[in-house]
Amino acid sequence: MATTSLDHALERLRSTRVWKSIFRRDPAHTNRTRSLAIFGNFFLHALPAKVRQQSLRVRATYYLGSATFFLFVVLTITGILLMLYYHPAVPQAYRDMKDLRFVVSNGVFLRNLHRLAAQAMVVAVFWHMFHVFYRGGYRPPREFNWVVGVGLLLITLFLSYTGYLLPWDQLAFWAITVGTNIISAMPALGKPIRFLLLGGNLVGENALLRFYVLHCVILPLVAVVLIGVHFWRVQKDGGLSVQQKVEEEEGGKEE
Amino acid sequence: MSESDKSPAPKPLGAQAISTSRRDFLNEVAVGALGIAGLGAVVITYRYLSPNVLFEPSSTFRAGNPDLYPVNSVTYLHEQQVYIVRTEQGFYAVSAVCTHLGCITQWKPDANQIACPCHGSKFRSDGTKIEGPAPRPLPHFSITLTVDGELMVNKLETVKPSQTLRV
Repeated sequence: MATTSLDHALERLRSTRVWKSIFRRDPAHTNRTRSLAIFGNFFLHALPAKVRQQSLRVRATYYLGSATFFLFVVLTITGILLMLYYHPAVPQAYRDMKDLRFVVSNGVFLRNLHRLAAQAMVVAVFWHMFHVFYRGGYRPPREFNWVVGVGLLLITLFLSYTGYLLPWDQLAFWAITVGTNIISAMPALGKPIRFLLLGGNLVGENALLRFYVLHCVILPLVAVVLIGVHFWRVQKDGGLSVQQKVEEEEGGKEE
Repeated sequence: MSESDKSPAPKPLGAQAISTSRRDFLNEVAVGALGIAGLGAVVITYRYLSPNVLFEPSSTFRAGNPDLYPVNSVTYLHEQQVYIVRTEQGFYAVSAVCTHLGCITQWKPDANQIACPCHGSKFRSDGTKIEGPAPRPLPHFSITLTVDGELMVNKLETVKPSQTLRV
């Protein structure tokens, strides 16, 4: 009885003008309306309307790309929340970090979630890349998407690196000192790039602010664009790359 | 002039070897203008990103009167992270920043060497490397005498280790 009344209520909701203005389609009962549900949704339109069943098996991908994206979403949410308590200034940054750990309710949880998710994302990206590499997923027609993926690896590493300075403790200071010294070893361009990156000759207030803006605005924007291209290309390059052997094994078992 | 005199009438565009249509020409002009504007934007952004005023400790500093430093001594200046070394030949200034990963080294008078606490690099008092992961010797900074007779070190200018200041 309860389900029928719920169905009835849902049916009435679907016939309202507001619902129809948002979704502009019938309930996803047929293949056509199911496809339209994907095509007609801004958030899903980069996804394929149909996928091969093999590519949904856990062993086909281990969902490593999805795991990486999930971690990116977690990092975005926790990062925005952390920004509400953090001032990118010397010496306030270190005090804010300490406040987040000891004073702010659940601050230590959010900070650690952000930190651990960042480390997990680096692991997930590498694991995803190894998996794609050993399964031959980089081969034509997917070679450009591999290049986009390498770009995303670099963005992930830059995000980790820029985030490293923000606690403004000894570890952060020396890590960025060492890292920017590595940059300055590059011939000709090294010293100017280091100067621009730090906004000076030392790791100081300017460097903290620049790394903060890179970490919170510039690199995430680039990452979102590249992630969009990456997902869209998966569909345009003919879906996920499924290992031939898995398909054969599956076929053998079914027979 | 003679050429133009000979031609009977202005030829229609594209009739000669000109393959560019008006649309292509305007497109090229537009792309060129955008390219110049883009290049200008890059230059302006680069200049904007390079700070003109830095609130950093000055890279040049006065190290005081030469008489403060006895002959055959190594003095560490904590504020500046520089060793002032006085030998019988004269003065030189050696960086205290390890060339391996940028840690601050320490002068060990008993062992007569400069040691890095981070990864164990060791240097002589003239900056040359004894051992350790450091790839290069410690650099020497330019050291001069001011008009009023004080030592002046410029940390942005490195000099050859053979260069010493005689006072």
